[in-house]
Amino acid sequence: MQTLPVTVTVNGDEHTAEVEPRLLLVHFIRENLGLTGTHIGCDTTSCGACAILYDGKPIKSCTMFAVQANGHDLQTVEGLANGPTLHPIQDGFFQEHGLQCGFCTPGMMMVASALLEQNPAPTDLEIREAISGNLCRCTGYVNIVRSIQHAASAMRAEESVAAD
Amino acid sequence: MATTTTEQLGGYGQSVKRKEDPRFLRGKGTYIDDIKLPGMLYMDIVRSPFAHAKITNITTQPALDIPGVLAVITGKDLDAAGLAWMPTLMSDRQMVLPVDTVMYQMQEVAAVIADSRYAAADGAAAVEVDYEPLEVVVDPFKALQDDAPILRPDREIKSNRIFHWEAGDSAATDKAFAEADVVVEQDMYIPRIHVASIETCGCIAQVDEVSGKLTVWMTTQAPHAIRTVFSLVSGIPETKIRVISPDIGGGFGGKVPVYPGYVIAVVAALTTGKPVKWIEDRSENLQADSFARDYHMKARLAATQDGTIKALDVVTIADHGAFDAAANPSKFPAGLFSIATGSYDLETAHVEVDGVYTNKPPGGVAYRCSFRVTEAVHMIERMVDILADEIGADAAELRFKNFIQPDQFPYKSPTGWEYDSGNYPAALQKALDQIGYQDLLREQQEKRERGELMGIGISTFTEIVGAGPSNTFDILGIKMFDSAEIRIHPTGSAIVRIGVQTQGQGHETTFAQIVADELGLPVDNIIVEHGDTDTAPYGLGTYASRSTPTAGAATAMAARKIRAKAKELAAHLLEVSADDLEWVDHKFQVKGSPGSSKSMAEIAFAAYTNHPQGMEAGLEAVSYYDPPNLTFPFGAYICVVDIDRGTGMVKIRRFLAIDDCGTVINPMIVEGQIHGGLAMGMAPALLEEISYDEHGNIRGGTFMDYLLPTAMETPAWETGRTVTPSPHHPFGAKGVGESATVGAPPAIVNAVVDALSHLGVRHIDIPITPWKVYKILEEHGAAE
Repeated sequence: MQTLPVTVTVNGDEHTAEVEPRLLLVHFIRENLGLTGTHIGCDTTSCGACAILYDGKPIKSCTMFAVQANGHDLQTVEGLANGPTLHPIQDGFFQEHGLQCGFCTPGMMMVASALLEQNPAPTDLEIREAISGNLCRCTGYVNIVRSIQHAASAMRAEESVAAD
Repeated sequence: MATTTTEQLGGYGQSVKRKEDPRFLRGKGTYIDDIKLPGMLYMDIVRSPFAHAKITNITTQPALDIPGVLAVITGKDLDAAGLAWMPTLMSDRQMVLPVDTVMYQMQEVAAVIADSRYAAADGAAAVEVDYEPLEVVVDPFKALQDDAPILRPDREIKSNRIFHWEAGDSAATDKAFAEADVVVEQDMYIPRIHVASIETCGCIAQVDEVSGKLTVWMTTQAPHAIRTVFSLVSGIPETKIRVISPDIGGGFGGKVPVYPGYVIAVVAALTTGKPVKWIEDRSENLQADSFARDYHMKARLAATQDGTIKALDVVTIADHGAFDAAANPSKFPAGLFSIATGSYDLETAHVEVDGVYTNKPPGGVAYRCSFRVTEAVHMIERMVDILADEIGADAAELRFKNFIQPDQFPYKSPTGWEYDSGNYPAALQKALDQIGYQDLLREQQEKRERGELMGIGISTFTEIVGAGPSNTFDILGIKMFDSAEIRIHPTGSAIVRIGVQTQGQGHETTFAQIVADELGLPVDNIIVEHGDTDTAPYGLGTYASRSTPTAGAATAMAARKIRAKAKELAAHLLEVSADDLEWVDHKFQVKGSPGSSKSMAEIAFAAYTNHPQGMEAGLEAVSYYDPPNLTFPFGAYICVVDIDRGTGMVKIRRFLAIDDCGTVINPMIVEGQIHGGLAMGMAPALLEEISYDEHGNIRGGTFMDYLLPTAMETPAWETGRTVTPSPHHPFGAKGVGESATVGAPPAIVNAVVDALSHLGVRHIDIPITPWKVYKILEEHGAAE
């Protein structure tokens, strides 16, 4: 079996491995690194349960080979919280009941965190557009939009405190 | 002593934040595919490209030649062990793997076991199967014709009719129709759809090499029932089978049935001696598992000229696919479809359903609804609108005129149900007021004059959930009670174990709230466990909105048993007679002497440190709750749509849901359940359908073409509620998970039809796609 080396930084830690060239990035993250918070919900790049940040941009990790990520910086749901302190996105989902079964939640939060980096004060429609590549079967989306708005307010408040 | 309020405890009616969330928010949930055991093997499945064919040969060697592939299991291997077939929940049987004939496209044909996921997939692609195609029957009406091939020659009865079932009074209904001023009639088709929980199905089977005990982690909504079925089929005693339902990424009914993959993985673990994991791909899940609906209905309403509905008659053909693997209670082959008279006080009714075999995967499983209630509600709510159109009545007025009135409860329906409680006029009035119905009617009139298409749709549905009373409800003979076990620890915290299982509904929070309120312990001090047959009390699982009506009731009853013993302990501690105590503000106090009281924490400590002589130590209880009746949640929904004349696109501008699920444990969670249910009501109304071509090829078997609603199509749901507690439930709750999925589709269809009614449109089958609407507009010269 042919293998290739891959080195990636995930949530700040560098990992090196020899992998099959066809190994999907999502399988590398879940199986090789044991970071099972990134999920798999389809086989057509439709559901977004596998969304992670790739050099800060959201991607669907089921549609990239692990070796393509060589040398890049990845962030998964496990990297969102700062120790015991939840990221404002995580707290937003908690406060606004933005999750039920929790399966789509990591992908939703990763996409939302990228959105808020780009756009600290999104409209509801901008939020809906941003998460339109992420399917949720439980929540009917309203509380996810509220959760992201909750996080956006919290992050703006933090920002203004920091600016003062 | 300070009063401990329901609010402080996190009891009934409190929007307590969910206890299960922290692990999910950090990506630390344990879903089936997150579990990895040492030495674990992986299974992949070879599936049939044909909908009906003879298997003439299977060549496994090319798969076995692939490095990492250890075994290939075929139907012949299983047949030798007597496991090629398994029983279904509906007393039919289903192939685990076919010995010589495949019955539907994507049916399991063989399984490959390998030391990695990728090797297993390579092996599955390498297995060579030769087929000889047979005549395919996809249309259930053709399946019933005399010249149709018998699809299930293995059955004693040589017919494609699985069952004929009826309810109500046929003669009285015929008479009512003969005497009626007005009769309206409509054919309706509710297409085949799929729950498509975002997590697919899967399992890990492991056999302990020392004890021989089989442990199966699986995506199941009913672990205890699965254990019993496994035991009955295999002969392994239940003490040597443990079924664990870990965190489940959505269920909605799709994780009730036993799929062949689970059984093959168990066989593979038993034969290899190693743990075996099987996880479906999405395409496999969408194309082979658990389909819902597929109901062809012919409905008629009889009424007086002024709009009093007298009678209902419905004749239904139900396409169940190749095996009757639905998950209805045993005595209800058509589920609870006879709730078809809905919220209306009819004189008489007659409904009948024929279940039919076709060359499709097994159907008839729920899609977030209680046993065929969605089909019934869709039909009656459409028919009421069709009658309104026929006699020129307002859709809301016609409903008010025909509602079962609040003073008629308990209400005996013409098909034999006893509705426990309800106040339908109040719910509809609240909905009309909240949405501004009169203003909307005026706006619609103005728009119509300008040529714009706007519609207002109403649905005033009655649900029937909480199965169910043991005299009528069982699954394979197992009565549909449910259970709870509560242990209070010495320092006043508690563990609650329940017979039902959460797939996102929040049981770990709401069941703790029940105990908090019933026993006066803070919700934070209570943990809830479920889903492990070695530790949880026996129960039938979570589906059909039954958790709160059954296991929720059991939890309250177990807590009340504990409270009864706690009273004796409190009497001992306060040195008074138990008769002198009363339960006030979540503690026992001496009547007329508020200063003299004992909290549950103090009593719990005494149960282990200072219990009276002659009393057993400890403080715990178990309850198996057999509900005296079903519960009947209801609601009034109003949908407002705008239709683009250039594209046929339907846009839901507003959707208001007024729900009544009786006593609410957690308003935040109930609102979340309604939101999710509404999205799953909108989905089949506007987007989702699984159809087949004449060869039995599935159309729409991936997320590229089976369209789940995204955040873009989904409107900002508006909600509200009325509260009519169930009179027979210990704390008045009725169940809520599915109300919105049941109630929403006809509101949407009624709105679309209303928008087009001036063109003479009276009915459109779901899903109402832009293409369907555009064609209608074109036919009527209204397209742009």
